[in-house]
Amino acid sequence: MRPFTYSRAASVEEAAKTAATQGARFIAGGTNLLDLMKLQIETPTHLIDVNHLGLDRIEPTAEGGLKIGAMVRNTDLAADKTVRRDYAVLSRALLAGASGQLRNKATTGGNLLQRTRCPYFYDTRMPCNKRQPGSGCGAIKGMSRSLAILGTSDACIAQHPSDMAVALRLLDAQVDAVGADGGRRSIPIADFHLLPGETPHIENALKPGELITSVTLPKPLGGTHVYRKVRDRASYAFALVSVAAVFGKDGRSRFAFGGIGAKPWRTDAADAAAPSGAAAVAEAALSGARPTAQNAFKQQLTARTLASLYRQKGA
Amino acid sequence: MPEPLSRRGLLQGSAAAAVAIPVLGEAQAAAPGRPGRQKEQARMNAVGLTVNGREVHLQLDPRTTLLDALREHLHLTGTKKGCDHGQCGACTVIVEGRRINSCLTLAVMHEGDHVTTIEGLGTPEKLHPMQRAFITHDGYQCGYCTPGQICSAVAVLEEIEAGIPSHATEDLDRVAFSDSEVRERMSGNICRCAAYPNIVAAIREVAGEDKA
Ligand SMILES: Cc1cc2nc3c(=O)[nH]c(=O)nc-3n(C[C@H](O)[C@H](O)[C@H](O)COP(=O)(O)OP(=O)(O)OC[C@H]3O[C@@H](n4cnc5c(N)ncnc54)[C@H](O)[C@@H]3O)c2cc1C
Ligand code: SF4
Ligand code: FES
Ligand code: FES
Repeated sequence: MRPFTYSRAASVEEAAKTAATQGARFIAGGTNLLDLMKLQIETPTHLIDVNHLGLDRIEPTAEGGLKIGAMVRNTDLAADKTVRRDYAVLSRALLAGASGQLRNKATTGGNLLQRTRCPYFYDTRMPCNKRQPGSGCGAIKGMSRSLAILGTSDACIAQHPSDMAVALRLLDAQVDAVGADGGRRSIPIADFHLLPGETPHIENALKPGELITSVTLPKPLGGTHVYRKVRDRASYAFALVSVAAVFGKDGRSRFAFGGIGAKPWRTDAADAAAPSGAAAVAEAALSGARPTAQNAFKQQLTARTLASLYRQKGA
Repeated sequence: MPEPLSRRGLLQGSAAAAVAIPVLGEAQAAAPGRPGRQKEQARMNAVGLTVNGREVHLQLDPRTTLLDALREHLHLTGTKKGCDHGQCGACTVIVEGRRINSCLTLAVMHEGDHVTTIEGLGTPEKLHPMQRAFITHDGYQCGYCTPGQICSAVAVLEEIEAGIPSHATEDLDRVAFSDSEVRERMSGNICRCAAYPNIVAAIREVAGEDKA
């Protein structure tokens, strides 16, 4: 790791203000940031520890939803009684991610901001526009099996790795943040993660220094909640394809996808196709896909995963 | 056991030499071509921890992971470094009652925390039931992953007891012991020797599930 200084923030406002200075970064669970710092992919010169700001609570909102503090650990969020009952797809997605040890540290905010698992992003000897803007993309003509087929660009085809974020996308969560000037705002999850375009190193809508304070869920949807993750081994691996779904009693359902998109993937067309069955949903969701020879299999895998979910729901 | 010749003995023997390390650090700081080292050496952070019931105070470079603080500074070498990237679980310790990967957390972030390592669970004279069960069931071969496996296993049984669900839990509201629960919950602990079936057997015994 490159040298850095360390401080504990005393308040949310102070944290955001300090973070706006050059080289400063927040540290929450540290499970992604420290991994990348050891590889010198991330090289902050100052770390602001935001673990002691009281952002670790889960509270009901006046609108009948749920406000999840940014520092709530993945383990606690998955195990929360209300989440289990009313937002089970979120519990399921969290439990499908990482390991028990990692979930004990990983936070809601940090999970949303975790960076891609593209092998070239991790290998500092390789070109990567996301790690080093303008250096090229090693993956497009290289090992792309795990990478995205939707929302990609000629500059970057990295997949978004989070399971949790797929469930939050499905549930129409809002990301609440406080800025360096103390101003507060809420960003719909659909607008939170950015597509790579020409600037794959810019991954989300946060401004410099902006601190996520909570994630807010609207009131529960009801229905049957499922999260199905397909990966190279049964546990402790990132998704090749994942599908989060809520099947409504009225035949109206919604779907979000992981492993295939440059960001957690959801389309109106796929949701609208729900009554027509799994094949129609797959066709709608995959419209515009730009697979490589190595990851084209993800299209069929997505269709099959959806078919399996429909069968499970029918049973 | 030829204790004086063991690796642990050697490491502890060299502990006395550890006082010299900061001096070495300063020498490096002056080395050319390492910008930033000087400033960084000046900024050591004081950290107080309770490790296996004992209060310790350390002066640490903020880059020191909890794993390195335990191994290199406190000479508790039971906790192992496998990958140093959160991928293997060899570094698993219990902090404030929860198992975590000590390689992916900074020691400075744990001011005031209670840490339990394999050395704190039990001793050769007074083994923790999980340690004894690993021996009974041959839950290891080379033993490198074992301290992490045992710390993890102890915490796993507490998690099941506390009703914390896992990916293997069918009904999120009914968490109960099963072999598939153990396999899923222990998936963050990789064993290069593939002692997995015996590890599951050891955990099953401690859970009191092998009598049924
Ligand atoms: C071996 C391994 C396997 C994994 N498998 C999976 C998996 O299968 N599925 C999955 O989804 N994830 C997986 N993960 C990733 C894991 O979920 C993330 O590392 C974790 O969620 C990150 O959370 P954190 O709190 O540790 O973030 P940190 O590492 O502390 O922070 C990550 C980033 O977010 C920023 N940040 C943190 N909190 C805030 C905030 N409140 N406001 C603004 N910025 C903030 C930090 O500055 C940093 O840039 C895996 C990780 C490892 C190491
Ligand atoms: S796909 Fe994106 S992250 Fe991977 S090498 Fe190309 S630019 Fe880098
Ligand atoms: S050494 Fe920490 S997980 Fe491998
Ligand atoms: S016993 Fe050798 S790695 Fe597990």
